[in-house]
Amino acid sequence: MSTNQVSRRDFLRVSGLAGTALCLGFYFPSSAKEAEIVNTSGVPKSEVELNAWIHIDTDGKVTIFNHRAEMGQGSFQSVPQIIAEELEVDLKEVNIILAQGNREKYGSQITGGSSTIRGSYKNLLKLSATARIMLITIAAKKWNVPITACYAESGHVLHKASGKKFHYGELVVDASKLEAPKEVVLKKISEYKLIRKPLHRQDTPLKTNGTAIFGLDKKLPGMLYATVERNPRLRGIVKSFDASAALKIPGVTKVFKVRMGVFNTFREGVAVVANSTWAAMQGKKALKVEWDDSGFEHINTTEIYRRQQEDLQTKEGLYLKKQGNPDDILRQEGKTIDVVYQTPYQSHSCMEPVNCVAHYQGDKVEIWGPIQAPEWVQDYISGQLGLPKEKVIVNMTFLGGGFGRKAFMDYPHEATMISKEIGAPVQVVWTREDDATQGPYRPGISYRCQGAIHNGEVTALKFRMSGQNNDHWRGGKTDQANRSTSEGFLKPYFDSIKNISFAEVQFETPVPTMWWRSVYASTNGFAYESFLDEVALAAGKDPLDLRRQYLQDERCQRLIDKMEEVSGWKKRKKNEGFGAAITECFSSTVGQIVKVSKDASGKIKIDQVWAVMDCGWYVNPDIIRAQVEGSIIMALGAATIHEITFKDGLVEQRNFYDYKMPRITDIPPIEVHIMENDADAGGVGEPGLPAFAPALTNAIFDLTGKRIRKLPFDLSAV
Amino acid sequence: MINLNINQKSYEVDADPDMPLLWAIRDLVGLTGTKYGCGVAQCGACVVHLNGEAVRSCVTKVSRAEGKKIVTIEGLSKNNDHPLQLAWNEVNVPQCGYCHSGQLMSAAVLLRENPNPTDEDIDSAMSGNICRCGTYPRIRKAIHLAAELHKKEGGTK
Ligand code: FES
Ligand code: FES
Repeated sequence: MSTNQVSRRDFLRVSGLAGTALCLGFYFPSSAKEAEIVNTSGVPKSEVELNAWIHIDTDGKVTIFNHRAEMGQGSFQSVPQIIAEELEVDLKEVNIILAQGNREKYGSQITGGSSTIRGSYKNLLKLSATARIMLITIAAKKWNVPITACYAESGHVLHKASGKKFHYGELVVDASKLEAPKEVVLKKISEYKLIRKPLHRQDTPLKTNGTAIFGLDKKLPGMLYATVERNPRLRGIVKSFDASAALKIPGVTKVFKVRMGVFNTFREGVAVVANSTWAAMQGKKALKVEWDDSGFEHINTTEIYRRQQEDLQTKEGLYLKKQGNPDDILRQEGKTIDVVYQTPYQSHSCMEPVNCVAHYQGDKVEIWGPIQAPEWVQDYISGQLGLPKEKVIVNMTFLGGGFGRKAFMDYPHEATMISKEIGAPVQVVWTREDDATQGPYRPGISYRCQGAIHNGEVTALKFRMSGQNNDHWRGGKTDQANRSTSEGFLKPYFDSIKNISFAEVQFETPVPTMWWRSVYASTNGFAYESFLDEVALAAGKDPLDLRRQYLQDERCQRLIDKMEEVSGWKKRKKNEGFGAAITECFSSTVGQIVKVSKDASGKIKIDQVWAVMDCGWYVNPDIIRAQVEGSIIMALGAATIHEITFKDGLVEQRNFYDYKMPRITDIPPIEVHIMENDADAGGVGEPGLPAFAPALTNAIFDLTGKRIRKLPFDLSAV
Repeated sequence: MINLNINQKSYEVDADPDMPLLWAIRDLVGLTGTKYGCGVAQCGACVVHLNGEAVRSCVTKVSRAEGKKIVTIEGLSKNNDHPLQLAWNEVNVPQCGYCHSGQLMSAAVLLRENPNPTDEDIDSAMSGNICRCGTYPRIRKAIHLAAELHKKEGGTK
């Protein structure tokens, strides 16, 4: 029975089983936005699925269920840091368990859109404050004093006057019988002891001695290993295959055809099962497969961009937003600019290649893996196999990177089908080559940007993009503009520039595409923020002044002040190039300034990057700094080092030798500043990425007068 | 059967002599701290010490490791207290953490050979290790810190 079908009264009724622990959870009403907190202690499992988020036992031990994946962004640290604050316990007393996929228990679990904290912090604060109040209430009752005479600290409730105290463990039995109070008062920011402090990450020790268990580290008794040869053209089916050579490899036990879902479609491959990863990899190499990919275009990169850019000259596309009449203004007034920007396909290339363990057992299947969206996997596999949802158990391990790739359901589905075929637990390992050549990818996009300038003022902006729409893979409507067409563009511009439009000129290929860190902002940001630089210069304005003028919003103004202050923007010297860019992503705004100069040999070098992050309310400043540093380095790679290209339908890059990564030698000094305010929390894991590429190319223009409109470009060849 | 000495323990493994040491360690011995990232000596996720030397176990045949002393991340220290491990914690280096077994094993050889590395020394010793999460600035900072810790301890580790 799902909680949605249980009336609130039923849910709150605490049965006679109460009294072994205090468990609090959320009730997610389908209509209301805010989750309701309920005492779930002792609610019999058969009646209501226990939806505990916080669990305090009679020893005072606190266990929390982290509903989101830990893929490097620090949810493993940030979530407990929030809970320990309002619960008044020491961080080291908090045990974290990675929750299984379960939409009814945890609501949305998809770790994407930088949503872990911004989507749940208010609930988490309220939840832990509620537990604290319940414990204080019981202590006050035992001492027969008013609640206000007591307070909580380090896992104890204390009586102010006498100094008497109870350990939380001594109170949970009675507290578990209370109904959760409806209203609780939360701490002010100035009262925080843990939140906003750069506390050490709790998962670091596990990640320095080899004990952290990633998907690839999961082992089950009797587990076999599998690799899969999938259609190199990314789509289609297996026509025939010859397994004879593969089966001769020692350790290879079985070879068969496997079909996996790719959202609303599917593709096929040939699985090689063996007793070690190595044998499975050797077996895969020995396979001979004939493919049938008829009906799917064999694409070429040059053709992709030719078509996109031709369409951008001739088609208006579907409008996402339009205010005023940019077309009229562009026809009438003064100076106009009309340019095209181009951004590449990119691979996520998580350090941990895609992999998954599945154990199919007839009436149920259990899955372990680096999974960003456990409840999606649960839904999808239960649908594909016709199993009830509770018979599909999805466990998240640590993720060796995610960046969007591990929110796809193809690999858990494939692993499940292989386990089903062999009747044993199996780990399916994607080789690095599979990971690089099989996608899904960030889509490559072309942008046409037009602007009008009259009397030094920006009077119209017209943006069109042409590139694949990720939503189409998930059944999104094809008669509507991509809703991410204006992602990254700051909203206050709509107030100050009267004529603006955003449109999508649709473009399809057979290549599967998927969110890539910061999604469309990662490419939109380059086009729109480069273009504003061009517009500023055409209008005879300083690029940062232009932003200041048109971003009439207090937070933006402060952000720009900070950017100027930390970078010395106004004091820049002649032989230095400075570039600025400001982008919005998942409710956070990030401004970056890049400084470049020429080295002795005349080559461009990046001297410094300053990033200013305004993410509103936040948890851990050091995690934010780390995420912004990492985002900038990922952006550096995507702007200047690597891209995915296609030839005759085949991906041309295979491994890190031809899809090269930034290395320690490529990294400029990065300084990250965080704006202090208590606005609603925005994202942290992704918003640091989009502003980097335009800030860099704007800086290069400032120094050299060369405008870079196509990514990636070779920094050493500018 | 091949006999492997890993972290001062001996293991008998039934491996094809051509199997890379990486897979013997992970799949046959069951020590999963050593990671697979590329399989072609590009990323450094699989670095282990072979008689004190940093090698990429993904391209080192298991037969080559026979009779040698292998140290993996699990054997870098007994209590997670190698100066590098302490520094990694202090500087909050890892994000996803997947690359850091290899980063630490590469850095350990650097520090042993060069207790006082400059930024350039660090760059050249660490440029074989990829970190997709971009923890490079912190890796550099933590290696400097570890060098200091190491000195304070009198270089016993
Ligand atoms: S896995 Fe050995 S270097 Fe990448
Ligand atoms: S921390 Fe994720 S790859 Fe290095």
